[in-house]
Amino acid sequence: MYHWHWGIFLSPTGTGETYLGWLFSGLGLTVALGLVAWLLALVLGAAVGIARTVPNRVVRALAGAYVEVLRNVPLMVQLFTAYFVVPELLPPELGDAVKRMNPVAQQFLAAALCLGLYTSARIAEQVRSGIESLAGHQRSSALALGLTLPQAYRHVLLPLAFRIILPPLSSEFMTVFKNSAVASMIGLLELAAQGRQLVDYTSQPYEAFIAVTALYLALNLSALRVMRFVEAKTRVPGFATAK
Amino acid sequence: MYRFDFSILGGSTIPVLADGMLVTLEITATALAAGMLIGAALAILRGSRWRAAAWLAAAYVNLFRSVPLVMVLLWFFLVVPQLLQSALGLSPSVDVRMASALVAYSLFEAAYFSEIIRAGIASVPEGQMDAARALGMPRLLAMRLIVLPQALRNMAPMVLTQAIVLFQDTALVYVSALADFFGQAYGIGERSGRLVEMLLFAGAVYFAISFSLSLAARRLGQASPAVRGTASAAARG
Repeated sequence: MYHWHWGIFLSPTGTGETYLGWLFSGLGLTVALGLVAWLLALVLGAAVGIARTVPNRVVRALAGAYVEVLRNVPLMVQLFTAYFVVPELLPPELGDAVKRMNPVAQQFLAAALCLGLYTSARIAEQVRSGIESLAGHQRSSALALGLTLPQAYRHVLLPLAFRIILPPLSSEFMTVFKNSAVASMIGLLELAAQGRQLVDYTSQPYEAFIAVTALYLALNLSALRVMRFVEAKTRVPGFATAK
Repeated sequence: MYRFDFSILGGSTIPVLADGMLVTLEITATALAAGMLIGAALAILRGSRWRAAAWLAAAYVNLFRSVPLVMVLLWFFLVVPQLLQSALGLSPSVDVRMASALVAYSLFEAAYFSEIIRAGIASVPEGQMDAARALGMPRLLAMRLIVLPQALRNMAPMVLTQAIVLFQDTALVYVSALADFFGQAYGIGERSGRLVEMLLFAGAVYFAISFSLSLAARRLGQASPAVRGTASAAARG
């Protein structure tokens, strides 16, 4: 018979904290990792997405290759590559500097960069399809009015495209936090890894996993709230966004 | 500069990697088949008039879609084996890791497939069901003969895309130290000190398979609107 013991979270871990403290430090790392990766992904994803729609063929092909490579290699393989392979291939001074970093910082850096790049490829696809859904005449009209190509993107195409892709972008925002759990594989003690550690230390597996699941659900709901708020703030009256 | 040495890929390692790939494919195929079956059941339940069932199915789908796969896998590797062992009276030496992995992937994927199947059914114009009913077909028969065949063709590209995601996600069984393709590649790399080469090689293999499948999915996406095409052509008159 299983003995439930929810009070376990308030008991000391032996290192001067409570198990609840472990959970929240894991949650903090998950949130931080997700947000850093998201910012990187948004900037890179927008740039690559735009590059996939410009008239220049070479730029389009390069951006396409970037997206295909990042989308067709498992995130975990990319993370292991970022963590184990990249420091070896960097110029020796730089590689050694990375290897001398505090291990947690090194794990966080690899995970944030890798998750950011991975997510940027997915965002780039959304940005591209958003711009393409505007059809050629928005671009042609903007150019005919005398706007330069960058101006057409800045003032016409991107403001419309980003509003169109807000719903898929919202779900990508929630996905980034879920995907961040992969960082546990290289030893970063984020939320999922803390759950595992809690099982090992407390032998109360059900409490640990229910708590971790509840925290992921709460994180998901908060992310949804944030995106709803952004959607409401950026709505243009009379301009229907794609559902 | 790093000196690459791919000579580790040879007669002694290729069969081990191939064994790993078999495990990867076994997990992918099982989770695809079981995930689609459970997903179809969930999709049908969500549309049912029995409120409690519809609610439970929705809760299942939303729960699994809100948590990371890594966490679900940990759940299954840390908690479920003990449960199984105590419930079925298995001795702790029986290796239930593969069974746990198959169940975990199937249950997780079911949530995603249920959404794809729901979208597929919704993509068939309602008039199809109405027409079948008007001809005297019972609802289930109309579903099976009229709606589902069209829905299946419409959702084929999405199913293939999800299958590619699943194939890539199988690398996560690493948490259980189950020897799939990635696990074997990593193990060989670590033992031989050629981790850099093995990780790059693993990435290249995953890329080659996923990329060719995604080209096929794209082609399927261009070919399949035949069904929708006739529907919209009919609507245009």
